[in-house]
Amino acid sequence: MTKSRTEWPLWEIFIRGQHGMSHRHVGSLHAQDADAAVRNARDVYTRRNEGVSIWVVPSASITASDPDAKGALYEPSHSKVYRHPTFFDIPDDVGHM
Amino acid sequence: MYAQMIKSEATQDDPEKLAAFQARIDAGDTIEPKDWMPEGYRKTLIRQIGQHAHSEIVGQLPEGNWITRAPTLERKTILLAKVQDEAGHGLYLYCAAETLGVSRDELTEMLLDGRMKYSSIFNYPTLTWADMGAVGWLVDGAAIMNQVPLQRTSYGPYARAMVRICKEESFHQRQGFDIMMKMANGTAAQRRMAQDALNRFWYPSLMMFGPSDQDSVHSAQSMKWRIKMNSNDELRQKFVDQTAPQAAFLGLTVPDPDLCWNEEKGGYDFSQPDWDEFFDVLRGNGPCNTERLAEQNRAWDEGKWVREGLMAHAAKKNAQPIAAE
Ligand SMILES: [Fe+2]
Ligand SMILES: [Fe+2]
Repeated sequence: MTKSRTEWPLWEIFIRGQHGMSHRHVGSLHAQDADAAVRNARDVYTRRNEGVSIWVVPSASITASDPDAKGALYEPSHSKVYRHPTFFDIPDDVGHM
Repeated sequence: MYAQMIKSEATQDDPEKLAAFQARIDAGDTIEPKDWMPEGYRKTLIRQIGQHAHSEIVGQLPEGNWITRAPTLERKTILLAKVQDEAGHGLYLYCAAETLGVSRDELTEMLLDGRMKYSSIFNYPTLTWADMGAVGWLVDGAAIMNQVPLQRTSYGPYARAMVRICKEESFHQRQGFDIMMKMANGTAAQRRMAQDALNRFWYPSLMMFGPSDQDSVHSAQSMKWRIKMNSNDELRQKFVDQTAPQAAFLGLTVPDPDLCWNEEKGGYDFSQPDWDEFFDVLRGNGPCNTERLAEQNRAWDEGKWVREGLMAHAAKKNAQPIAAE
């Protein structure tokens, strides 16, 4: 059986909620173009007031880090504990800092 | 539940990689699409998530049946919203399955030609308005039993789909119970309809969990992989323990003369459904199998020109700016 594949492309959907948080990945969906992807995202991912702004990105355009490189990729930050404020002991007398 | 009798696939991978993979699962790690995974894990998940998705989609039919005949405008809008949610659930799950390397159209085609299954429960007819109550209360109630623990399943996209779904399910169960309360407290005829709906949906709901899998090697493998969280019997027991008192609250009788509280085990004793009937429904011989599949096929075939037309239009629009340069 020969089939002409006309499957709609996949889009990744990002929604920003009401309280000033940044856009967050919520899932994906199929649509023939970007406008339709926004409309479909409205129907699928904001049925209960979840958002005030929608971004759609073709899934094929996403470049992800390599999970096997996890170790080497994040190793440099492991040893830099001084980047966290709790590294420094400030005497109680100084008060809130 | 919505994925029944899922056979785990044999895995022929490098034993060292397998051990490392199992160690990640045992440590509570989440497996993500680009991570290495055993072929069996991937295939089993495609089948399980796919069947779950198909159930959400086909599950719209028995309820869609009553949208135009809901008794009030309010009930109609509620039912419409519920069915719309189920379409969303199907979509979340298809997307999760697609991260495993299968396409949406492939999954749909496998449903349409019978290579993939959907839950046995949706092959039963919805004969009266009270069935909308029974379906929400019992069928969505049974689905919740299975879906809540799956929020902690090992495959990330599946777990995240479950989180979204669980947020929406309790509306489904409550609207069903609300219908049942109305009917059970209504006229004698309404009471009879409510009891009749419970009579017809009780055993098919118990079947949703699948036959006992205590000794199943497939279940053992799936549990090791954390894509199955509880045994079928465990979930069925939980469901009966939760539902029997609710039926009593409604003043309805569970159609099982042997249903009784067992103080010792801290749960109800109850009768098993007719498992021959269950296997027969899975083989395609339930009251609505033919109708459901025909309806899905019709929708797919009749929508073909729309899908292709929109795609052709999008391609034309994309080509235009380039031509103008
Ligand atoms: Fe659902
Ligand atoms: Fe539901």
